[in-house]
Amino acid sequence: MDLAATIVLNGLTLAALYFIVASGFSLVFGLMRVVNMAHGSLYLIAGYVGYAVFEPLYDQDAWYAWHAGLAAGILAAALAGALMQKILLGWMQGQELRQALVTIGVSIIVADQILAFYGGNPRQFFAPDSIFGSTQVPLVGGYPTFRLVQIGVALAVGVGLWLLLNRTRLGMMIRAGVDDREMLGACGINVPLVGIAVFALGAALCGLGGVIGSTAQPLAMGQDGRFLLISLVVVIVGGMGSIAGTAVGAVLIGLAEQLGQALFPTYSVVLTFVIMAAVLAMRPQGILGRA
Amino acid sequence: MRERVLLALGAFALVALLPFLLAAILPANQAQFWTANILGRALVFGIVALSLTFLATYGGFISLAQMMIAGVAGYALAVFVEGAVPRVVGGLGYLAAIPLGLLASTLMGLLVGAIAVRTRDIYLLMITLALAMGVFRFVETNIAWFNGYEGIRNVVGPNVFGRDFRDPWVFFYVALGTAALLLVGVLYLVRSPFGLVLQGIRDNPRRVAALGYNVALHRIAAFGVAGFIAGCGGVLGTIYNIGISPGTIGLGATVNVLIMSVIGGLGHPLGAFLGSLVFTVFDTFAANLYDRDRFNTLIGTVFLVIVLLSPDGLTGLASRLRRLATGRRE
Amino acid sequence: MSASITRRAALLGGVSLAGGLAAPVIAQNAPIRLGGLTTLEGPFATGGQDSFRCVQMELERINNTVGGRRIEFIRESSNAQADVALARARKLIEQDNVDIILGPLSGAEGIALRDYSRTLTGKTIVNGSSGASDTTLRNPSPNFFRFSTDGTQWMAGLGNHVYRNLGIREVAISAGDYAFPYAQVFGFNLEFCRAGGRVQHYWAPLGTTDFSAQIAQINRSNAGAVVVVHGGTDGLAFMTQYAQAGGNKPLIGGSIMADQTMLSARGPHRRVMVGMLSGGPIADVIDDQNWREFVERYRRRWANEGGFQSPSIHGVNYTTNLYGILAGLRAVDGDLSGNQAAFQRALAAAQVTAPTGAAVRLDHNRQAISDIFLNRIEERDGRAQVVAFDRTPQVNQTLGTPEAQFLALGAPSRDNPGCVPAAT
Repeated sequence: MDLAATIVLNGLTLAALYFIVASGFSLVFGLMRVVNMAHGSLYLIAGYVGYAVFEPLYDQDAWYAWHAGLAAGILAAALAGALMQKILLGWMQGQELRQALVTIGVSIIVADQILAFYGGNPRQFFAPDSIFGSTQVPLVGGYPTFRLVQIGVALAVGVGLWLLLNRTRLGMMIRAGVDDREMLGACGINVPLVGIAVFALGAALCGLGGVIGSTAQPLAMGQDGRFLLISLVVVIVGGMGSIAGTAVGAVLIGLAEQLGQALFPTYSVVLTFVIMAAVLAMRPQGILGRA
Repeated sequence: MRERVLLALGAFALVALLPFLLAAILPANQAQFWTANILGRALVFGIVALSLTFLATYGGFISLAQMMIAGVAGYALAVFVEGAVPRVVGGLGYLAAIPLGLLASTLMGLLVGAIAVRTRDIYLLMITLALAMGVFRFVETNIAWFNGYEGIRNVVGPNVFGRDFRDPWVFFYVALGTAALLLVGVLYLVRSPFGLVLQGIRDNPRRVAALGYNVALHRIAAFGVAGFIAGCGGVLGTIYNIGISPGTIGLGATVNVLIMSVIGGLGHPLGAFLGSLVFTVFDTFAANLYDRDRFNTLIGTVFLVIVLLSPDGLTGLASRLRRLATGRRE
Repeated sequence: MSASITRRAALLGGVSLAGGLAAPVIAQNAPIRLGGLTTLEGPFATGGQDSFRCVQMELERINNTVGGRRIEFIRESSNAQADVALARARKLIEQDNVDIILGPLSGAEGIALRDYSRTLTGKTIVNGSSGASDTTLRNPSPNFFRFSTDGTQWMAGLGNHVYRNLGIREVAISAGDYAFPYAQVFGFNLEFCRAGGRVQHYWAPLGTTDFSAQIAQINRSNAGAVVVVHGGTDGLAFMTQYAQAGGNKPLIGGSIMADQTMLSARGPHRRVMVGMLSGGPIADVIDDQNWREFVERYRRRWANEGGFQSPSIHGVNYTTNLYGILAGLRAVDGDLSGNQAAFQRALAAAQVTAPTGAAVRLDHNRQAISDIFLNRIEERDGRAQVVAFDRTPQVNQTLGTPEAQFLALGAPSRDNPGCVPAAT
């Protein structure tokens, strides 16, 4: 019984991480129609840059080492995202396939340069003492506190995104831009700037996921492919461009992964893709996607 | 039409003469290296890239699953053929195992087509990538059937008229013959009623549906054809590599096939082979040109530059130059 | 470098020298072309870089000359995938015209190159750091040589030590579900179960990042210790989560767990790893003059060019294999004529001393028989280091079991983890 509870809780914490990373992907896709194949690279950038800031501070026993790493990681990813949109993608707006190809090129170069710059050793952030260690959870017993924090962060991201898109002026501009770019431009709004802002926001979310994920699991080369794949599957299952759908997709995939690993370890990968194929067969636009 | 087929055949006839030319100008071992490991390898990759270019040119589908589908053929061959290590099923000769591999890849092609049948463009790109990575992860972690990370070794290939298949010349001419047959096959197929419907779907699926054609079935069939083509590449590649391991169908390999197709140009099937040749030469000599360690930065930059400057690749560049030279617009 | 050559090899060398006199002078003056193949792309890149560091250092030391002939070292790199390694090896042999390949780094690549070596005549492949048993144990190839030990050998002595000296009767084994961990678990179980120990296995596929359910089960079990055999990132994930879950059973690690790449990664896992036991072909601290000199040389040469505190397992394995090549070349005075037949005989008979001070000779499958260290992780000089506290001398590929009997056990797998009680 307690094992089952542990597995479910594991699935949910994993889902929280998946949601944080995939929400950025979903946002950019939903609002900009760009499939950012370099989304996983943003995860790597955040992780490695964040770690470079974190490590010396941690060596000096600064209490804010992790927080500084987190901030640096998010900033680095946001900057990389904004630059990508500004330099490479902005001027080919509407050529969706070409944009996807460009981001594939970017992801190859970024992964290689990170390897050149930081080497291939795995790293892992060390969470501050306040959220390290374990907390008593009913049915489960001692459970890593950081993973519970992960769930909290995911909830905050979800609510924050909803508020931003539905309750702020920026959100209004973004939604208007999706529906009619030219009209928005005619209203005197700097449309390219809105695009850059969306890209930076999506990248920042991925960066947040990058540092959180690299605290819960090791950071290493290859994680870019893994998180790109996860973002793709979560968004395909949950529904393209829908934040609520992304949450549903993340929970489904996170739980499936953990249950699969516990019940039939060698075939657990298949379960994820059976879910994806089943959803596509019944609802090609995803569970909560707009047709 | 006839012009295109003749052009393609002419190109292949020229390539067929290359080993003799190489033998005349290079020392023996280098001529052999160029024949088998640059031209031969480029042809194998080219066949896989052809399956992608076929879908892209005539169906408008960019599928990232093609390398995985090629791998399915390779794995099916390795699982069933006698002599492979470890022995999973075994017992079959190459004469039976190779068709079985092609059947497996065709079926996988049909399956991918069926799963992705209602999606287009970037959705299709995402779904095929996810499927490819799913199969990759499965193969990498499954020991019982695919021997996991280590893969299946010792798939040495059949004897062809009494000569070892992996003899560089035998391998090269078999690969070349296969590539030529597939290319001509593709060029004829797209002029057949099936091919015309396919191009109709690319341009306007609604109109095709209104004419009474079953769009979904045609799409799935096109993926099946592409699966067969990719499978040919997979079988040749597996024998060339004396076996197959998950790395052959990993993310890197998947993206490499896309890179080749884009470098060559997605507008013409011949582009697949042009792109694979450029890629293979880069891949082999990057260590001499530039820093071997940073090969991926180099090839990534080349890819990026081509996507940014000439989205239709080298073949597109060539036809643009030709238009410029003759001063007419097509 | 200490490399003693048997009388037979020396005689063979003399004979081939006499035969070589008739050969054109040009052939003797042309450099020997040695191709190096390692992994400089992908997740194993740091190990690959270090292997070339060590090889370069040792070649510089002998002025790139052996037996009166210059050695030209040509570098190639793969990404730890078998098909890429094969393509690079073909390039080295056919395009770059090398005489000998030193490489590759990882298991699947090693098996691919072993198969390739069979198709070659007059060329030799000497392993780099790949450690799959089957490369030399089953279907060996006559021109593939391995002066480094394999994954099963690396566990020699560990099972007996845990049972007899620590008095632990039951262990939980958490291991990766693929060939390398199978081989290591096999080596551990062979001794531990024969001594009378009981084991419970927990397998996880390569790339697992979440071990918490498994750790919860292990912590609840009766196991007296946990044996952990995961590669790279998976190992780091396991250790971190074990620390997070407050695990307190003694840890016993596979050879790739007790590695500087793991120990130099900072984080909570370091706390639980201090005191961990492991077995393997190297340690950071070995009480041996050869090793101290080698480490000293390595630090001087590479301290400012990205070297580690202490050479990595891959660096040492490549060096040991390089020593084998050099010993063979010296025995034949650099003469590779006659399709390298004399050189290959000299290689098979060569006896070298590895940088760790371990004596190495080859068995009839051209596989190393050498010393294996028992290690413990200790805090020394303010950092965690792997310290050798014992060594098992001259471990062969079957851990002392007669070869026919060992082969009859079958290849290591999750269904065949080597746990066979002592024969009565």
